[in-house]
Amino acid sequence: MTPRTSPEVGGMGHSVKRKEDPRFIRGQGTYVDDIELPGMLYLDIVRSPFAHAKIVKIDTARALATPGVLAVITGKDLEKYNLHWMPTLMSDTQMVLPVDRVMYQAQEVAAVLATSRYAAADGVEAVEVDYDPLPVVVDPHKALEKGAPVLRTDKKDRKDNRIWHWEWGDKAATDRLFSEADVTVQEKLYIPRIHVASIETCGCVAQFDKVTGKLTVWMTTQAPHAIRTVFALVAGHVGLEEHKIRIISPDIGGGFGGKVPVYPGYVIAVAASVLTGKPVKWIEDRMENLQADSFARDYHITAQVAAKKDGTLTALRFDTVADHGYTDAAANPSKFPAGLFHVCTGSYDFKSAHVAVDGVYTNKPPGGIAYRCSFRVTEAVYAIERMADIMAHQLGMDPAEFRLKNFIKPEQFPYKSALGWEYDSGDYGRALRLAMERVGYAELRREQAEKRKRGELMGIGISSFTEIVGAGPSKHFDILGLKMFDSCEIRVHPTGKAIARFGTKSQGQGHETTYAQILAEELGIPAKDIQVEEGDTDTAPYGLGTYASRSTPVAGAAAAMASRKIRDKARLIAAHLLEAAPEDLVWEPGKFSVKGAPGKAKTIQEIAFAAYTNHPQGMEAGLEAVSYYDPPNLTYPFGSYICVVDIDKGTGEVKVRRFVAVDDCGNIINPMIVAGQIHGGLTMGLAPALFEEISYDEQGNVHGGSFMDYLVPTAMETPKWECDATVTPSPHHPLGAKGVGESATVGAPAAIANAVVDALWHLGVRHIDIPITPAKVWRVLREKGVTE
Amino acid sequence: MRVQVVINGEKREADAEPRLLLVHLIRDVFRLTGTHIGCDTTHCGACTVLLDGRAVKSCTMFAAQANGRAITTVEGLERDGALHPLQQAFMEEHGLQCGFCTPGMLMTGVAFLEKHRRPSEEDIRWAISGNLCRCTGYVNIVKAFQQAAATLAGGGA
Repeated sequence: MTPRTSPEVGGMGHSVKRKEDPRFIRGQGTYVDDIELPGMLYLDIVRSPFAHAKIVKIDTARALATPGVLAVITGKDLEKYNLHWMPTLMSDTQMVLPVDRVMYQAQEVAAVLATSRYAAADGVEAVEVDYDPLPVVVDPHKALEKGAPVLRTDKKDRKDNRIWHWEWGDKAATDRLFSEADVTVQEKLYIPRIHVASIETCGCVAQFDKVTGKLTVWMTTQAPHAIRTVFALVAGHVGLEEHKIRIISPDIGGGFGGKVPVYPGYVIAVAASVLTGKPVKWIEDRMENLQADSFARDYHITAQVAAKKDGTLTALRFDTVADHGYTDAAANPSKFPAGLFHVCTGSYDFKSAHVAVDGVYTNKPPGGIAYRCSFRVTEAVYAIERMADIMAHQLGMDPAEFRLKNFIKPEQFPYKSALGWEYDSGDYGRALRLAMERVGYAELRREQAEKRKRGELMGIGISSFTEIVGAGPSKHFDILGLKMFDSCEIRVHPTGKAIARFGTKSQGQGHETTYAQILAEELGIPAKDIQVEEGDTDTAPYGLGTYASRSTPVAGAAAAMASRKIRDKARLIAAHLLEAAPEDLVWEPGKFSVKGAPGKAKTIQEIAFAAYTNHPQGMEAGLEAVSYYDPPNLTYPFGSYICVVDIDKGTGEVKVRRFVAVDDCGNIINPMIVAGQIHGGLTMGLAPALFEEISYDEQGNVHGGSFMDYLVPTAMETPKWECDATVTPSPHHPLGAKGVGESATVGAPAAIANAVVDALWHLGVRHIDIPITPAKVWRVLREKGVTE
Repeated sequence: MRVQVVINGEKREADAEPRLLLVHLIRDVFRLTGTHIGCDTTHCGACTVLLDGRAVKSCTMFAAQANGRAITTVEGLERDGALHPLQQAFMEEHGLQCGFCTPGMLMTGVAFLEKHRRPSEEDIRWAISGNLCRCTGYVNIVKAFQQAAATLAGGGA
């Protein structure tokens, strides 16, 4: 797309350098742990070594005698204020601090308040807790068995560990298509528990002013306004009303979904500040972050697809057991307990589909949040893309040809999927063909055939994903009742510069730059003259925050709509200045001119000045607007990825030789930033495919609870990504944009897994669960009689 | 105990508990908060600083071990208003997103580029393999290193 604005204006399509960078490259960012207030106290947390246990006794005497320790807070202390439990975003309940029982290893047991970090840590060491271990349930399938210990005994009416059972789609029609199918395939796919592991962990500084009664919390949150409302709902009864709460989300060191929930540490810090009247800092360490913060995925899927013998896909059936840990603390729109998992028909024209999901309690940390994806979309895409590949192989068809045959065709858009979603736009064949051309697909298949003759293991994997982002239309989307609109407020100053504030919050996505570019595109005010602010609930308009790739689709649209309101008023002011009728004026970015007389024009800067100095009588002064944008639909970014792997027969190591990614996120605001989002997303797709997993032994002991064994890819493991793009604008978004932050994370794991199985299919291998570690591959190779 | 250091060219001293980590001396005592903490196992490298010109992870050293030595943090890279070529390159190549790992990456890079004037891509990837970045996929960090290497080879800075 050729930009409409000049590089000096820097509207859409320009790779404007980021406004955020000058402070970050000088070490001048302000992250939560950089905030220090006079008299600040430090909070540290005692955590459970057991996955399920009764708390017999908490002895705080030795801790309280430790120099610098001021207090030890337990569940019993919070119980006095009815703050020992809190609601989750899915309207379940979660302990802030336990009164009598712990439900997972590393759960918060007590909190120590001290005058320094070190004293707080000393205090944690000195708290003595007696536990009486209880039977541990880690396997969600066992949790569903008759006779399994019921974990949530706090819920009086609960007789088992099934949180909910949810179904979607036409079961009868799907069953019929399966019975009529020529070919059906089934596979059990486990998508393990992983953690976003943003390089900044979570934390907060809570400051309660006893005189004004105002609470200010600087915290690592992706959704400051929603947090403010949740705090008011939870603690309104102890005097923390919403107008007395200010949430500030300063610079955030990566979010990826992990900074959406409210963690107990935040609440304890707030309680401690309210009780002491002193500022209180809580910063978790990496092990606390990996072991106790909300995890992602943990989906056990039994996947089936049906097809005709010519390769036409007909029906899909996914039955899933979803391990939610001890509480359903997922961050999903409330109507959809399994998120948007039912976008799992993917890029294909299925006639019918049926999905069933059981949410289950186990003795694990809570969650079910995202890992850089929109509400379970990765689970959906991984499952359908694995199954598409398995079906293609089963039929003896080339996986690319199989996909091209089954894609929803460009002329079918807007397309109503078998599970009820209305896809806005797409051209899946174009993206896949471009990826095939870029990677040299035919040549690679020839090379693979040659190598196979020599006994070498090489695989080519495709993933042609469709995402679903930009939640969401208020008719269907809310979190705790809060509709999922988002907002932008613009003030154009008299000298033609502007400030714009948003209900979202960047965690590295570069909003200060891209939002300014949207305003530049719409108003012709240079992006450099526009200041963008987010994250302070006292100043920013209400919005639901940044996750699920919703910033551009929702708040970006709000920026366009607010700009257009400003333009409408600017037209009236220009007409007044030019002594012309408003309808006789023509807009081009940055100025209104009189139709047929291009010399007679007023720039947006002149108009802004007039808005404060010479506005028409009867019109309000000023040039400001606010928009709360309720999207009419979701957006559906898509793409095709092709991965080439070589497998070492001796060690089982999978080497990603090439990875070509073609993405289509609609119209692009800043190509440089979009490319950066895709690079990062691909690396967070590689990670769970080959390296990352948090697992538990039978006693509920965590494996993968530190960076010693939770393997975040370094530059050495990360391949050189080869990226390209097609552009299919969204027809309903005011800028034609779709959102891009998560596409690659969603699309990449299946491409890698498909490549590995493609390399091994001829040996009789149909599936290997991710992460595909050398040990797993080595075992499979030995089982199949492959030797070095 | 008393710890004396020269940090970013300035003599500073402080009373430090023997167990005080160097990163906490830098961040909490000297209030130079550009140096970050991202893990507790010496893996992430967000805390990387230069100690007598050598890149070290300041979360895994005691403040006392820096006594009498020179420390450079990210705040000390800009000289007389001129950015280090690597800082400049990070901005131009979009080598950062959330910015949290960036100071550590920069310090690792500054030390590396002192010794490796014509590094290959593999050299660069190896050099930053002790610094984790969750945002960029390392692509543009590598490009920034290459650009800075070219600038330094061309006599810049």
